[in-house]
Amino acid sequence: MIPAPFSYHRPKTVAEATALLHSYAEVARVLAGGQSLIPMMKLRLANPEHLIDIGGIADLKGIDRAGDKLVIGAATTQHELQQSKTATEAAPILMEASLLIADPQVRYIGTIGGNVANGDPGNDMPAVMMCLDASYRLVGGSGTRSVKARDFYHGTYTTALRPDEIVTAIEITVPPAGHGWAYEKLKRKIGDYATAAAGVVLTVSRGKVATCAIALSNLSDTAVLATDAAKAVIGTALEKPALDAAMQAARAVMSPASDTRGTPDYRTHVGGIMVERALKKAFSRAKG
Amino acid sequence: MAKAHVKMTVNGREVEGLVEPRTLLIHYLREHLNLTGPHIGCDTTHCGACTVDMDSKSVKSCTVFAVQADGASITTIEGMANPDGSLHALQEGFRMMHGLQCGFCTPGMIMRAHRLLQEIPNPTEEQIRFGIAGNLCRCTGYQNIVKAIQYAAAKLRGETFAEAAE
Repeated sequence: MIPAPFSYHRPKTVAEATALLHSYAEVARVLAGGQSLIPMMKLRLANPEHLIDIGGIADLKGIDRAGDKLVIGAATTQHELQQSKTATEAAPILMEASLLIADPQVRYIGTIGGNVANGDPGNDMPAVMMCLDASYRLVGGSGTRSVKARDFYHGTYTTALRPDEIVTAIEITVPPAGHGWAYEKLKRKIGDYATAAAGVVLTVSRGKVATCAIALSNLSDTAVLATDAAKAVIGTALEKPALDAAMQAARAVMSPASDTRGTPDYRTHVGGIMVERALKKAFSRAKG
Repeated sequence: MAKAHVKMTVNGREVEGLVEPRTLLIHYLREHLNLTGPHIGCDTTHCGACTVDMDSKSVKSCTVFAVQADGASITTIEGMANPDGSLHALQEGFRMMHGLQCGFCTPGMIMRAHRLLQEIPNPTEEQIRFGIAGNLCRCTGYQNIVKAIQYAAAKLRGETFAEAAE
């Protein structure tokens, strides 16, 4: 399969890229690693007339930490993220989730910006970024703004991103030392999207959960923050009633599609189990 | 649509040409450069038969545009044998350990294993299996592919591969 014809642009700066996006508004797409977009173009699920390749923009690369702020350039590949001690020591959930994305070849060029901006509920990083309460830096014709991951996703392939904007970086407030984390993903095979997946970031104080964020992948039309499920475990040591309450509350916000990965009932069932496993693993890793 | 000029180094040789922007790297390699070692298997980023090395990264060349490889250094299976024509350790390993049956996945397997061994010269079996998880083989059941990679890893370290007792 060969995609339909398009005009190709390779800007050198973010300003050039957003100017091109402004000119071609609704008929352009941004090409980062292309590991989701190129397959979609082959299948004619995406038919951009103009493709704006941001692979040549040096400013979009790199990972920096200053104090408790971690900034990851949008064009950072999954492979580069995994190689970065700065990122993976600050927030080990990034490593755990990244290693579960697709396969090695895809991770060499698939980018973290593409993963969060794509808007596919099957992408793994949106839920991780919701757990970490990350913000996305968006740059467009009217300037720069910051949108929280928790507010970014409106529906499948529909996000807060305006037609002339690109995601340039992800900003994370580093979770406290000793926090617990986990990303549990059930998938049929390597390379598949999740049948169900759940991320957890929590802190523990005197043996009990002090703070907790839980988010779900591919269990609704976007990644979802399971707020009530997190509330159900705060102040507990994850005794069975608390875990059961969390699973029930998480299942209440799931509305998975019926597809080759299973029926909505099955995916909701295993979605709860992913929440339970992620909570237990995160709790066991936390210190405090 | 205007054609784009691309220039890259493929198996140590500088090449350039005009391509439609939608030309996939696999088609540029196979049809423009007549390098038919990289195979088109699934054409959907699953099987890994089209894997080549691009700037020290394993990539599925069915999911990269040739224009994205402009300026890159590419190695395909055709670039693996030693200058005197003798087999690369991985090629030898696949031969000695019966790492192939039909051979369709082999160029992709070898190119992926090549990068894996550059990054991890002495991989565990688990690291090998995780590292080639993006390459599908429908003949071997992978056992002998893993052994072939272990054979090559040992040879590249100057050791002799001792097959584990089963």
